[in-house]
Amino acid sequence: MLELLQLTLEGLLEAGPYALIGLGLTISFGVLRRINLAFGATALLAAYVGSWLHVRWGVPALGVWVVVIVVTVLVGFYVERMCFDIDDDSVLAMRRQSSVALGLDAREASVLAASFALWMQIEQVAVNFQPNHLHPFPDLSSKLNFDLGGIDLRPDRIVVFFLTAGLIAGLAIWLKHSQLGLAIRALSSSQAAAQVCGFNVLRLRYIGTAVSCSLCGLASCAVLSMDGQVTPMFGMWVLLKGLTCALLGGLGSVRGVFGGAVLLGITEAHAQSLWGPIGREAATWGLLLLALLVQSHPLKDKFLHAKKV
Amino acid sequence: MNNALCITDPGIGFYTQWIILSMMGLSTWLILQTGRISLGQQAYFGIGAYAAAVITVMFNGSLVLALLVAWLIGVIFSVIISRLLQKLSGLQFALATLAIAELVRLGLSSWAWQIPRAKNYEVGPDGVHGFRDIRWLFENQMGPETYLALSATLLLSTLLLIWKISQTKLGLSIQSVGLDTELATVQGEPVAFLQTLTQTFAGGLGALAGALYAHQATYIEPAVFDVMLGIHAVGYAMLGGLATPLGPLLGAAFDLGLLEATRIFEGWRMVIFGGLVALFLRWRPGGLLNHAALSQIKHFFIQRRKSHDNSTFA
Repeated sequence: MLELLQLTLEGLLEAGPYALIGLGLTISFGVLRRINLAFGATALLAAYVGSWLHVRWGVPALGVWVVVIVVTVLVGFYVERMCFDIDDDSVLAMRRQSSVALGLDAREASVLAASFALWMQIEQVAVNFQPNHLHPFPDLSSKLNFDLGGIDLRPDRIVVFFLTAGLIAGLAIWLKHSQLGLAIRALSSSQAAAQVCGFNVLRLRYIGTAVSCSLCGLASCAVLSMDGQVTPMFGMWVLLKGLTCALLGGLGSVRGVFGGAVLLGITEAHAQSLWGPIGREAATWGLLLLALLVQSHPLKDKFLHAKKV
Repeated sequence: MNNALCITDPGIGFYTQWIILSMMGLSTWLILQTGRISLGQQAYFGIGAYAAAVITVMFNGSLVLALLVAWLIGVIFSVIISRLLQKLSGLQFALATLAIAELVRLGLSSWAWQIPRAKNYEVGPDGVHGFRDIRWLFENQMGPETYLALSATLLLSTLLLIWKISQTKLGLSIQSVGLDTELATVQGEPVAFLQTLTQTFAGGLGALAGALYAHQATYIEPAVFDVMLGIHAVGYAMLGGLATPLGPLLGAAFDLGLLEATRIFEGWRMVIFGGLVALFLRWRPGGLLNHAALSQIKHFFIQRRKSHDNSTFA
């Protein structure tokens, strides 16, 4: 019983970093209405730059954190420019033409595929920049654990958990009550309506990208500082965990991300203890698939309708 | 320097790899024709590779039987997946296919089933270590030229079949689903059936490509069927062009040509390929062989034939 509780609490605390990453993806989706598949690769490249600065020039933890966040935002702008920023009329015309020719939502398909391709590109740049497998990152992990009636808890994870909870609450309030938050919510609902209301859509999109990437950079720093190292798998890890949390919480919902992260963290902790690392990974993908299937199930609409009534 | 399948084989093997990668691109292209994007065709590739290897290595079956079984398993699996994901569209469908492909890869990573073949020697899937000694081609003295001819025949037959179907009412119905699903539904087209049918065909093709790959490479491991293979398959279809089934062939040739041409940029090929795909999707979303390019090519040949006829007459 104690072991079960220990696993559940470990999973719960794992939800902190997961929610931070999911939050970045949620903001990105809320503003752009597109999934940025290069999200993880962006975090990886920034983390590698941070690691290089730390090892090569002895930059302290705070400096590394700032650089990682700034680089994540800059690489995010590059992805935004290459994949999402399509205000050019000729491009729009071509995309419309391709939409007629292709039938599917051509913007969605080509943007998804383009961000998929940039994922590969950015990841390769990161690996070429730092070819080794393991790279040190400023280690801020706690060396002593709390013992709470036979249950071990890591203080660093508790800090990140509450930091994330506070950040989500703050972000939700900012989105609800600030002028910029209102503009972002308007853009999220309808780009045309936001434009008619006089909001500068392009500027808002870049602000949204900056917020989303800053959160991603912050999440990367929090996670990597607890591990003290970064590997090439980190990019995939960021994308997978963030996407699963965001989808479980209902894509676009800031508060929902936290619930999704808690569910993911607890499920993974138990899957790991039952079936090992492969089981843990399978649980993540399984949850992602389940979230997608449930979201499209007709029963969900009936349930939501009943709830409204 | 490696290609999408993590092998590099000069000479005739290079052309066989091009055919295998083209089949993978074609498999993704088929799904794009129904108005959906799949990021997980590598799942069928992996299933086909393992199924064919089990037949020739563990049951001493022939290559033809192995290809047939791989195709059949790919078809059955894709019918199940297609029905499961029927309600999903756009982004959700793309992500769900990626999740299924990763679950398949993890399943293969934990699949261990080895049987003794000789003294202290076992064969079969061995979890993350993969499946070794798929030596049917060597044991049966099938040379790389014959294997290339077999692979080319399969690819050409597939292209011919796709072209034949595109001329029929069934082909037109599939195109109408791809153009506008809602309109096709209103017109009374069995949209779900047509999507399932196309995805089944695409799954079978992916499995066939996997079976060919397993026997060429002689060794397969789950890591080969990861997301990178899916990225390349989508890249081939969208870079080559969506207007004709020759598009993925062109996309694969472009990638492999780039691989050969950029040997001096060792390690930077992914950077160039990824950037090019993104740029192409931005400036030419329909790919190299889009509908406009296709009609220009047709127009060129018609004009040429007309001028040739006139000169003959004169």
